[in-house]
Amino acid sequence: MSVGAPHVQGGIGQSIRRKEDARFIRGKGNYIDDVKMPGMLYLDITRSPYAHAKITAIRTERALKVPGVLAVITGKDLEAAGLAWMPTLMSDKQMVLPTDTVMYQAQEVAAVVADSRYAAADGAAAVEVDYEPLPVVTNPFKALEPGAPVIRTDRKEQSNHIWHWETGDKAGTDQLLTSSPVRVAQDLYIPRIHVSSMETCGCVAHLDSISGRFTIYMTTQAPHAIRTVLALVAGLPEQNIRVISPDIGGGFGGKVPVYPGYVLAAVAAIKTGHPVKWIEDRSENLQADSFARDYHIHAEVGATSDGKVTALKVKTLADHGYTDAAANPSKFPAGLFHIITGSYPFSKAFVEVDAAYTNKPPGGIAYRCSFRVTEAVYTIERMMDILAHRLKIDPAELRLKNFIPPEAFPYASALGWTYDSGNYAGALQKAMQIIDYAGLRREQAEKRRRGELMGIGISSFTEIVGAGPSSTFDILGIKMFDAAEVRIHPTGKVLARFGTKSQGQGHETTYAQILAEELGIPADDIRVEEGDTDTAPYGLGTYASRSTPTAGAAASMAARKIRDKAQKIAAHLLEVSPDDIEWKDYAFRVKGVPTKSKTMQEVAFAAYTNHPQGMEAGLEAVDYYDPPNMTYPFGSYICVVDIDKETGQVKVRRFVAVDDCGTIINPMIVDGQIHGGLTMGFAPALLEEIQYDENGNVRGGSFVDYLLPTAVETPRWETAKTVTPSPHHPIGAKGVGESATVGAPPAIVNAIVDALQPYGVEHIDIPVHPWKVWQILHAAESKAK
Amino acid sequence: MAAAARPVSPAASLTSAGGTLVHVRVTVNGQPVVAEVEPRTLLVHFLREVLGLTGTHIGCDTTNCGACTVHLDGKPVKSCTVLAVQTDGRDVRTVEGLEVGGKLSPIQEAFVECHGLQCGFCTPGMMMTATALLARNPNPTEDEVRDAIRGNLCRCTGYVNIVKAIQLAGQKMQTTAAGAGGKP
Amino acid sequence: MIPPQFDYYAPRSIDEAVSLLQRFDGEAKVLAGGHSLIPLMKLRLAQPQVLVDINRIPNLAYIREEGTHLKIGATTRTNDLLESDLLRRSYPIFTDAAQEIADPLVRNLGTVGGNVCHGDPGNDLPACMLALGAEMMVVGPKGPRTISASDFYKDTFVTAVEANEILIEVRIPKSRPQQGTAYQKIEKRIGDFAMAGAAVCVVLNSAGRIESAGIGLTGVGPTAIRAVNAANSLVGELPDEVHVANAGRLAEEAAQPTGDLRGPIEYKRAMAGVLTRRVLNRALSRAKGGA
Repeated sequence: MSVGAPHVQGGIGQSIRRKEDARFIRGKGNYIDDVKMPGMLYLDITRSPYAHAKITAIRTERALKVPGVLAVITGKDLEAAGLAWMPTLMSDKQMVLPTDTVMYQAQEVAAVVADSRYAAADGAAAVEVDYEPLPVVTNPFKALEPGAPVIRTDRKEQSNHIWHWETGDKAGTDQLLTSSPVRVAQDLYIPRIHVSSMETCGCVAHLDSISGRFTIYMTTQAPHAIRTVLALVAGLPEQNIRVISPDIGGGFGGKVPVYPGYVLAAVAAIKTGHPVKWIEDRSENLQADSFARDYHIHAEVGATSDGKVTALKVKTLADHGYTDAAANPSKFPAGLFHIITGSYPFSKAFVEVDAAYTNKPPGGIAYRCSFRVTEAVYTIERMMDILAHRLKIDPAELRLKNFIPPEAFPYASALGWTYDSGNYAGALQKAMQIIDYAGLRREQAEKRRRGELMGIGISSFTEIVGAGPSSTFDILGIKMFDAAEVRIHPTGKVLARFGTKSQGQGHETTYAQILAEELGIPADDIRVEEGDTDTAPYGLGTYASRSTPTAGAAASMAARKIRDKAQKIAAHLLEVSPDDIEWKDYAFRVKGVPTKSKTMQEVAFAAYTNHPQGMEAGLEAVDYYDPPNMTYPFGSYICVVDIDKETGQVKVRRFVAVDDCGTIINPMIVDGQIHGGLTMGFAPALLEEIQYDENGNVRGGSFVDYLLPTAVETPRWETAKTVTPSPHHPIGAKGVGESATVGAPPAIVNAIVDALQPYGVEHIDIPVHPWKVWQILHAAESKAK
Repeated sequence: MAAAARPVSPAASLTSAGGTLVHVRVTVNGQPVVAEVEPRTLLVHFLREVLGLTGTHIGCDTTNCGACTVHLDGKPVKSCTVLAVQTDGRDVRTVEGLEVGGKLSPIQEAFVECHGLQCGFCTPGMMMTATALLARNPNPTEDEVRDAIRGNLCRCTGYVNIVKAIQLAGQKMQTTAAGAGGKP
Repeated sequence: MIPPQFDYYAPRSIDEAVSLLQRFDGEAKVLAGGHSLIPLMKLRLAQPQVLVDINRIPNLAYIREEGTHLKIGATTRTNDLLESDLLRRSYPIFTDAAQEIADPLVRNLGTVGGNVCHGDPGNDLPACMLALGAEMMVVGPKGPRTISASDFYKDTFVTAVEANEILIEVRIPKSRPQQGTAYQKIEKRIGDFAMAGAAVCVVLNSAGRIESAGIGLTGVGPTAIRAVNAANSLVGELPDEVHVANAGRLAEEAAQPTGDLRGPIEYKRAMAGVLTRRVLNRALSRAKGGA
């Protein structure tokens, strides 16, 4: 930066340190379990060991005798208050507590309220429940067969089929596929995984009977939505409900749904008149809270004989567990899965998804997936490699040949999305150059001659985030705008509040940086708040990488409204007409006489002490931003793996990630998001899986068996950027929180399959356990003998 | 310096009526405390609920995640799997004890400088493990750092910046030590 | 997450500990490192009424050579194995194994005694005990006795330690010239239980032939397995590829794996062979003076 260049401390593009760190590194964060209120009670939950069973009796006497236990709540108690069932975000129903039938293992069956955490645990262990096991349905294909036991006997359809959804041109796609010289098809299964943020879910609920105020501290990524849902479902007056999302130890989508524990704590708080805390254990979190993925996909790609893609057809069966409690925008029960044409110009495409009930916990999208974009990108990037393999074309070359070119943007995909901007070839070429792709292919050829297994995998993903334009997006009818409220104090300092809620993404810093840039006020002088519904403007929260695209935009727009008013005050101070003023180099300057200027701080002071007559005093603005479109971050990742031929173990030797999220607000924070996202893409590819046996018993229900990556096996990520701003976003930013989780898995699987090419392997389902590779190698070896 | 031991009454949130209590005298962040606790009281709950030191976190129930890491007689351990009664006569240090007189430790500064935390939940445990590592190995290689923190899970950062922060802290500490030693 | 209530004693001598166990006959459990027991109690899978904490008993944690044996005290922490120069030099099987166990935090409290006598087929030290021909010293109401490793492991979570007995020491025959020991396991993720693991002790004679051999397998049976045939096949032979491969094959035959989240049966069996070969080669290299 040259001397004298205009500069604001903490403006866009600077890697300033995070403001929120000050409390976290001292151990002074305020997470839910740190919240203490006078007279607070504790709630613990008795859970079902069966995946599907009738409850024939619940005996609470022993529990009530445990010293410290005050009450036991069962389904019958809730039924009397009309609260045994509640709506899900997808307009299905979920149980708070069952009245007669449990439908997944670890389902909540009774809640115990006690005066101590330890007594509540003793009480929950002392509740006695008799069950009559019922036939269990764990396979979604079998669930849809005629004669399959009906799980949701409460629904008039009396079927395990939840919904069918489709989009695209079915006839046109079939026709084009038929006439395409090349057709490749593949079944892909993406198993169930669990987001496992380091902090589990919980809340502290309190009804002040004198003021009528209901306060709930809650691990929620969307506090306002929760407040409105509570008002509608529980009949509490919305002005008396306060939802506080304090510090959240990771969300990733797992803290969007409304879990029974929250409702039970609220009920207990209302019943006892005391604050009630509920904090789940990790095992409860893994076994009962919202999962992600569980998509059984069949995909077909058509191409010309020289590898140019023509048509894409996808059929998916979605295993939703016992109810549809995914948190998708209401018009998209399969989320944004139809981004699946990806970075490629398919002229025809058709996607259909069917959802099935099974005896498993509900959910579907809680794992940093942008509403099913992980599933879509995994599919298309795997299919491109399968196509490349079939045609014997290098996978990089195939992609470069096909990419939607930069001049085609805004690009209308065959499935109805208008991509805002992209430079796919730029990202891939950069990744190839950084990793020395040609060198790697030479090395691979040499290793293959020696019988060694090395693979190179590419993923060139297009993401879709920033939900979303009000014309198409809503959750339970609430449109998906977001908001910023910005106020400048007389001494030129700023307080800004937002409708989003960071769970580690650094909003206290990045929003301050946007405002610093727009207002010419140092980021150090800007305080950002989120998460208290009493003070924050209404927003739909933080998930699906939507914050920068929506609330970040709102910050800009609010700041610009402030600048409009400020310009008039500056003109007043400088005794010129507002038309003679321009905002340049972070100050209001007289056109042609830049030294005649006023800073925003000077204007702010004047706004309270010397505002023009006829104008309101003060200097603040609110913006509710309705995004005109989604944003489309993209990137190219290249992964190199080596495989131990004797054990089948896969080691990621190198991983280069080139990301393009448009304008970069804080490079250090963006890299942090990418490192974390890559790790959450690596884990499902190689390690993580929640399985069920045929009786619905979960396997992988604690951290002993559900293995998160440690620092030892996590690869040493290498990151780089291209910058292709979004043309419709006020600062050109696109969002980045989930890109790496979306883009990484296919890069890794493509590398593994590439390594096994000499064995004729076209696909391996994730997670790629060592024995899956070993079985392939062993079978080939036995065959050769 | 012999400080008078601070008696603490175990928070109602931990004691069940009717259990036998055991006397514990333990030094926490340099301060001696005495308490009567149920033997089953986990050290992490004792720290958080009885002493109000909520910087130590609970992230799992199977001794895997390391969010609860504290120092016991200078060694990093998982406080969720230690009984408070086992710390009788011993020395415990938590994240709250890392700063001295309001001055952050090199580890804390390095974590901020390197963006080694995002949601902050694993961070106290991570820093306690790192502090113990640097005390016995002030100049660890990347492999050594990654191995030392393999009992501390992080979901947000992908570990890259955590490793950077720990190595930077080690360098800073050596520079300070060299400076303090008056080396030319 | 919360254990049920129990009573707690912290005796200051072995005799006191044993008499406490006897007094509560079957209702008491020994607390050493606690990193196997306390997790079970938090999940309420174990609900002892009494815990007898043996961590206050002096002179129970040591690593030393004495006379004809290497002696390791039962409350020696697993990390102490890693820090010991004596072990690194003369019994690197312990350095190898300690590095593989759980994570450094668990190892600061987890004990050798616990890892040896908890009886989990996923524990790493039992295979080492079998390979080394170790002896376990226990003390009970009837006094002290010695149990050889080959008689120690009965079934999953069942060892030869009887009710009210406490393991106080493991004894390994002192290292000989041209002895090589090694341990390795493979796992899905570091610190996890093994998909398979092998422990090997070999001694070469002056003619360069294998004079004695011991092989133990982790994670491929209801207990750690002593691969007797595999070890015997090596005695008197040259340490060449043919014999190593043969020992690997015999180790596969000795394995009795169960299919589970850590691998299907045929994979674990094959890995028992792969690891036996790799660890045997490592041990042989060390026996010859290499690493």
